[in-house]
Amino acid sequence: MMRPGLLLPEMLLAGGAFTTLIGGSFVPRHRQWLIRAVTIAVLVGAISAAAIQLRHPATSAFDDSFSVDTATGFARVIAATGTLLILAIAADEISGSPRESETYALLLFSTAGAVLLAGANDLLVLAVGFLLASIPLYALIGLATTPESAEAAMKTYLMGALFGILLLLGVTILSGLAGTTGYAELTVRLPDASRSVATVAVVALVAGLMFKAGGVPAHFWVPDAAQGASATAATFLTTVPKIGALLAVYRLATVLPPSTSWPIVVAVIAAVSMTLGNLAAYWQSDPRRLLGWSTVSQVGFVVVPVVAVDHSELALPSLLLYLAGYTVTNIAAFAVSAALPQHRNLTDYRGLASHHAALAAALLVALLGLVGTPPTAVFVGKLTTATAAWDGGYAWLAIVVFINSVISLFYYLRWIVPAYRDPAPAPFGSDHSPMKVPARRWSARLAVTAAALSLAVGVAAGLVWDAAAGI
Amino acid sequence: MLSVIVFLPLAAAVALVAVPRLGDTPARWAWVAVSAVDLALVAVLWVRYDTPPAGGLDSSQQVPWIPGVNSSYHVGVDGLSLPLVAMTAVIFLACAVYALRERHRPRGQAALFLFLQSVSLGVFVAADLILFFVFFDLSIVGMFFVIAGWGHGNQAHSALKFFLYTFLGSLALLAGFIGLYVAADPHTFDMPQLVAATPLAGRPLAGGLVLAAILLGLAVKTPTVPFHTWLPPAHTDAPAVGSAVLAGVLLKMGTYGFVRIGMPMLPQAWRAWAWVIITVGVVSVIYGALVALAQSNLKRMVAYTSVNHMGYIVLAVGVAGLAANDTAQARTVAVSGAVTQMVSHGLITAALFLLAGVLRERAGTYDVHEYGGLAAAAPAFATLFAVGAFASLGLPAFSGFIAEFQIFTGSIAAAPATAVALLGILITAALFLRALQRVFTGEIRGKSVGFADLRAGERWSIGPLLLLSLLIGVLPRPLLDVIEPAAQTVIGLLGR
Repeated sequence: MMRPGLLLPEMLLAGGAFTTLIGGSFVPRHRQWLIRAVTIAVLVGAISAAAIQLRHPATSAFDDSFSVDTATGFARVIAATGTLLILAIAADEISGSPRESETYALLLFSTAGAVLLAGANDLLVLAVGFLLASIPLYALIGLATTPESAEAAMKTYLMGALFGILLLLGVTILSGLAGTTGYAELTVRLPDASRSVATVAVVALVAGLMFKAGGVPAHFWVPDAAQGASATAATFLTTVPKIGALLAVYRLATVLPPSTSWPIVVAVIAAVSMTLGNLAAYWQSDPRRLLGWSTVSQVGFVVVPVVAVDHSELALPSLLLYLAGYTVTNIAAFAVSAALPQHRNLTDYRGLASHHAALAAALLVALLGLVGTPPTAVFVGKLTTATAAWDGGYAWLAIVVFINSVISLFYYLRWIVPAYRDPAPAPFGSDHSPMKVPARRWSARLAVTAAALSLAVGVAAGLVWDAAAGI
Repeated sequence: MLSVIVFLPLAAAVALVAVPRLGDTPARWAWVAVSAVDLALVAVLWVRYDTPPAGGLDSSQQVPWIPGVNSSYHVGVDGLSLPLVAMTAVIFLACAVYALRERHRPRGQAALFLFLQSVSLGVFVAADLILFFVFFDLSIVGMFFVIAGWGHGNQAHSALKFFLYTFLGSLALLAGFIGLYVAADPHTFDMPQLVAATPLAGRPLAGGLVLAAILLGLAVKTPTVPFHTWLPPAHTDAPAVGSAVLAGVLLKMGTYGFVRIGMPMLPQAWRAWAWVIITVGVVSVIYGALVALAQSNLKRMVAYTSVNHMGYIVLAVGVAGLAANDTAQARTVAVSGAVTQMVSHGLITAALFLLAGVLRERAGTYDVHEYGGLAAAAPAFATLFAVGAFASLGLPAFSGFIAEFQIFTGSIAAAPATAVALLGILITAALFLRALQRVFTGEIRGKSVGFADLRAGERWSIGPLLLLSLLIGVLPRPLLDVIEPAAQTVIGLLGR
């Protein structure tokens, strides 16, 4: 059955994207806030539709090619909420700029693609979702029109093309092996297929999805893009596409037979991703680049429960909880950097606590949250994902998670410590220190809101968990 | 009731931060007032305390938190936690009074310490492993900012070292908790349930590994040799009130974890590893005392005596694991001594660190060679310091004697070899007497010249701590009546 009504949130997002794209051409530049209002309305509509849908039992649409269940519902809500929050950064950064409405359209398209990825229950839908989520990203990164953003866009594009082909290769092999692209039938037929060929396909598929998630082995574009793109784009591309890609990995994992050794592939990707991201982040002096590497390591953490999908009932709820917590916490951290766009070196943050106490508090909550300090949302996420992995027989992966959490503390502290030091004395002959610049209003508000949300999700983790477990 | 005690300081801290343009003086006094109210509430709690049945908790309260992983907001007190809760409230009030003269960002300091008070109380009342961990971890974050924000010397480096070390320990602890959770059937993080279930009972290897993770986490926090290296720099560079809280309260979280989590939940593994724990305890006792003897920096010396004093506790809880039914009585005495030592060390060391803070505040140095004849210049200071030093070395009539006497009676009866640790007392006595002689006797010279004696705020913060120690030393029954049933329960649980 088609049942297109089940895809109302996706249709809203895609329709909203077209509306803003076309509408933007007819609205004068000083009235572009109208387009922003339309975008907000579309996202709020999508969130509401998704939330209502969450209360219904799991089902699927378009001949079982798109599942509409708790995971999809959660992905819709988190992705649309993430994009909605990021609009606050856009309100400061690109308000009245020549490419404002186009940016909104690209954000909406990419959000739609991420949600499509999350719900894909068919290899072809997966491929479509991948492309829909990726192509707008290249443009988003390139919109900043600086040499760095051009380089980052080029790098992302090349990486995307390479790993997109890998993904399509995996899709082709699997559908050739099983004679079908639907997940339901793949589950039945794959155990009989050639094991080595299927394993090759699995590696190709997971690697392709890791491009979208920004994890090893397809992570090279992330730090460049986080550094070179506008704050809006950087926050978006390190947050929303991950939601779709990681849930797509989860769904694939439920389909694949263990004989393809996918759990090992995923476990190795998780371990290498968190370790490499952490080690590389340590040397960064640009806060955005540091956060870029930090998101690489976070992907490693989030993907951990996937290894236990067959063995632990904690796997899916913990994954969803971590994604929700990561989304708000990562946005909070990026929002701090967006609120002070001139501060592109960690040392510039010296004295932040004296001049922008609220912003410093948000930074503290966000960064300690990313480390996994209780009672923030990411702590509960890390706790439950590690528990799920241990429960599923991967105790060593849980230990790797904890060791990496300690390592990650080093570089997050490199940002927190200067922020809480006394302000540097004013340079000779001038009476204002670099910290006295006013923070961008909406970004600062977003930072505080998102940090508060990250605490709230952590404290109210029981409620989120129940929703994620479909209770 | 219990939740009010825990969260009242936190609410006050939030209010202090949120109220704009609050003056420094009101902030200081608000801190004192809130701590005093909290202490009064703890007194009420103590008066209304009924010894719960074995394995039970008094004033307990349970609210589901993350039902998916069977973790709840579960709090309660028993004979192990109630004395520590009371000690925590006393020390924080003393710090609040001591800090009334603080000039550096007093409002932030008050808020931070109130926050620390909440999380410290939370650790001691938590009856759920995740809740315990939440408070345990937050205490590290709070103390990091205390050292980094109000410390002196090389405080950024010391604070970082403290944070990294103890954070590593806390994650080892968390790994152990998850191991317990996964092994328990049904999976749960609830402490009483885990105690009843003794997961990993029949699996010596897994049990040993989980216990090793938990012990590592707690040993870093306690700290014991060889995980103590973060402690001396942290103490030396921390502000006086920070050191008092760090040594008085935060170190107890480690030792409390032994009796609350390690022993009752993993009794088989604990018994199997008892001699390792005893050895670590004895080495900590001797090593801590010897290194303290070599210090000329007074604050560093007190810090190393903390390693020594914590060593007695580790020794006692290790001895408790020596399985032999005919020594159950002796081992109960040892555990009871260990808990008494936690309270006693908290009170005495907090007082000594506050006194060391006075030295620095007046003369800018902790070096004992810079002083001489201070007894004549500052008689009140000298008196209190001498009282603190004698209490610390375990002179009868002070709480330290009660504690160490029980520890040694129990330990030597159960394992005569542990008498080696008596050397620790001897060395501590020597080093304190030597320090007293250097600083206080002789002619007034060096920094002692013009040294102002204790002010009212300092007397009223340090004095009560030592007075309480004296009170426990003379009238130990009220305290022991609370501790002993709990110690018996722990020994009973260990025998399974």
